[in-house]
Amino acid sequence: MTVSAPREGWVDPELAEEFPQLRLVEVTADHMGGRSTPGARRWLRRLSSRLGGPQAIALRQNPIPHAYRVFHRHVGLDPDVERTPIEAAAMDRLVHGGFRARGRLEDALLIALVETGVPVWALDDGALQGALGLRPARERERLGSGDLAPDLVRGRLVVADEHEAVAVLFGSVAGGREVTRATERLRLYSVAVDGVPAIHVEEALDLSLDALAD
Amino acid sequence: MVVLDETHQTTLRWPSGADRPVAAVAPDQRAARRSLRDQIARLEHDLGACVVAAFPGQALDVSVTRTGGPRVLGLGELETLRDDLSLRLRDARATLARRGELQQRNRVLLEKMRLDPRRYKFVRLEREDLGVPGCGAWEVRPRLGLIGMLMGWWQVKLSSGCPLRVPRAADVADRGGPREDLPVPRAADGADRGGPRETLVN
Repeated sequence: MTVSAPREGWVDPELAEEFPQLRLVEVTADHMGGRSTPGARRWLRRLSSRLGGPQAIALRQNPIPHAYRVFHRHVGLDPDVERTPIEAAAMDRLVHGGFRARGRLEDALLIALVETGVPVWALDDGALQGALGLRPARERERLGSGDLAPDLVRGRLVVADEHEAVAVLFGSVAGGREVTRATERLRLYSVAVDGVPAIHVEEALDLSLDALAD
Repeated sequence: MVVLDETHQTTLRWPSGADRPVAAVAPDQRAARRSLRDQIARLEHDLGACVVAAFPGQALDVSVTRTGGPRVLGLGELETLRDDLSLRLRDARATLARRGELQQRNRVLLEKMRLDPRRYKFVRLEREDLGVPGCGAWEVRPRLGLIGMLMGWWQVKLSSGCPLRVPRAADVADRGGPREDLPVPRAADGADRGGPRETLVN
């Protein structure tokens, strides 16, 4: 599997002034699609046994999940309604009795998230133009291109390439940017907030790549 | 009279003594926003501590609903959020205090039940009433049933253990569909627990 070195994404200057620790880190890799591997299933089972009800409740007091909760509050999201990625995964594990294997890529992202608390997302590298970054949505901007692309409210925080918005921060991805069977290269990215050490972000990306190559 | 306009612009007191709002320069609100964000982070931390302290009892409602998706909040929105969180924290602490007091009273009652069970016939205390995790209840019951009741032999019994978990057919299906080597889930009375009908037919 060919993997690029982790690269720092850009952050809109005004946004960076408000949130000086906000970062986006990205890496590209070959798309290894397909079903869940036995190794990933075993890994997820191990993680399931580590995270029970009490641990899920106490998650919010752990430093990294707490940092994402606080950031959710700071950007106007209620983490008890629009859950942080790690809490959403923990809730899913409690509801279903275990972390569910859903496919090679999904498993890799879930493993990285549960192991580190740092979310990693994947996009189709071929559908992106230039480096990814974070910025507020512009006037009359839409999420993706095409007639069916939904409108974005001005100021909504988005992940964007050098051309247009490709995903809402912690939210939905623009049509045509998701990873599909036709995807050849992946763009994995992670968003770090105040309170999340850089090493955890690198670790999350490394783990997701390891799990992909497993 | 000092007037503070909606955009939080400053007002100046004129030397003559009269108060006249002036078209003041909008102050840099970044420091204020930063300070509010710090306060929100502290409140979130304290709320988290309350939620964890409430476990395994009834969950506390600490949500402060916001709509509109991720965005940079203005000073007013941050202030409202800080105030809402502060109220939530106050409510959560009050609830925890009430709960703690009740649990303390129940612990005292349990001691009294143990010391003199005849005075507390059939009184039942769930583990949750005492803030103890797990299933079970203390109950004052007669020793040897009816005989004990007639003879006045009373004792405190702790029922223990949570109901055994019976795997649902849906869980079995999630793990790759019905398999012949897995037992068909059935209740003790033979009634089925749902799931695909064909897997339940013997």
